[in-house]
Amino acid sequence: MSDVKSKIREVLAARGGFPGGIEALGDQSDLYAAGLSSFASVQIMLALEEAFDLEFPDSLLNRKTFQSVDAIAGAVQGILDGAPAAE
Amino acid sequence: MNAPASTSLAERAGRVAAVAAAHADDVDIKSRFPREAVDAMRLERLFSVQIANNLGGEDATISDVAEICSLIGQSCASAAMVFAMHHIKLSSLVSHGSESDWHRTFMRRVADEQLLLASATTEGGIGGNLRNSICAIEVNGADCHLEKDATVISYGEYADAILITSRANAEAASTDQVMTAFTKDQYTLERTQVWDTLGMRGTCSDGYLFKGDAPAVQILPKPFAEIAAQSMLATSHLLWSAVWYGIAVNAMARAQSFVRAAARKSPGAPPPGALRLAEASSLLQLLKSNIIAGLREFEAAKADHDRLSSIGFAVAMNNVKIGSSETILIIINHAMLVCGILGYKNGTPYSLGRHLRDAHSAQLMISNDRILGNTSNLLLVHKQDTSLMG
Repeated sequence: MSDVKSKIREVLAARGGFPGGIEALGDQSDLYAAGLSSFASVQIMLALEEAFDLEFPDSLLNRKTFQSVDAIAGAVQGILDGAPAAE
Repeated sequence: MNAPASTSLAERAGRVAAVAAAHADDVDIKSRFPREAVDAMRLERLFSVQIANNLGGEDATISDVAEICSLIGQSCASAAMVFAMHHIKLSSLVSHGSESDWHRTFMRRVADEQLLLASATTEGGIGGNLRNSICAIEVNGADCHLEKDATVISYGEYADAILITSRANAEAASTDQVMTAFTKDQYTLERTQVWDTLGMRGTCSDGYLFKGDAPAVQILPKPFAEIAAQSMLATSHLLWSAVWYGIAVNAMARAQSFVRAAARKSPGAPPPGALRLAEASSLLQLLKSNIIAGLREFEAAKADHDRLSSIGFAVAMNNVKIGSSETILIIINHAMLVCGILGYKNGTPYSLGRHLRDAHSAQLMISNDRILGNTSNLLLVHKQDTSLMG
């Protein structure tokens, strides 16, 4: 899981556009409150799909999935483990 | 306290529409507030229909409100747009204010006093990108203070309260926004820009420097990002579309009566505009289907916050707005071709100048290019629903 998170953090660092940098944010910090725009969140989804070689199902394409590093890691791990998409 | 007894929403809206129609040209010519129609809305208690029954409202759905928008829109687009914008603001209170004592009490006041709500989301330096703010609300203990260079506050001068966006605090990112309800006694407005426009002249969407002081409990307890995604953007696209549909329906009705009158004069020889009318009829049906599908999607998603915040839902609502705003122009143009010079002239039963000018606002109020840009970004990850029946 920590590998997953560090990879997610790399993506967020490159594409998140956080004014204070991703380093300043904890795994549970609210990324939207930290300045994540809806445009950037789509760019991050794309970059994550590329980085992890996966596709987010539509059921995960919502605000909650990208709320925090932990939330993204949970979604990514779920797909990697082949878990059924969250409803 | 509730609705005037024993009349349906449609009947009440019909009475408002009749008042609006009587003053529509004067409102347009003078670029003045449609006060007769707005007074009639108050009299018919239409400003609170969306509020919950137990807070003095009537639990009307978004589809009910859309129907009223369309009925009034057939008479006076400016009056209908005022009504739509009020209900867009109200939808945010209804959806996101029910857990806050202040906002519940305020909704009761809206119902009791039939208060008119306005919106202040645009700002100098930000333009129409309402998901960004420069100004920040200052919270000092139990109070808050806000100053905003609001380049547009539709009917700001005539509103009883304004729901206004800002950054959540002085350190917050530009996208970390909140929305606060200020009542008329809590703010001042200094006019900075005058609304003298091609159409929608009665919305009186002047620009103002807003300065307000209020108890901090009046800040809605949800991030504006959620409010925008879950109520404001969707209800904007749907209720605006309903108003625009009303404009197109009335243009169509005028064109149809023109063709009928011509056909009566020369039975057996259909007038040349008849084919255009048939084309317009097909487009009007498309427009109506588009809006109804959007309303159904919203009603179905309403109970499920994840669905409301999903990419698929955002794409669907964006598509409703693009489709309606583009299609009405084609329909009204067809109607103009049908009615010819009598449609082009003012003051005839077939005049369409006001319709056409009002309708041109549709692709600009939230620029279609901005919405298409947003949709094209979402389509990078959104999976197309390939089923017909959804």
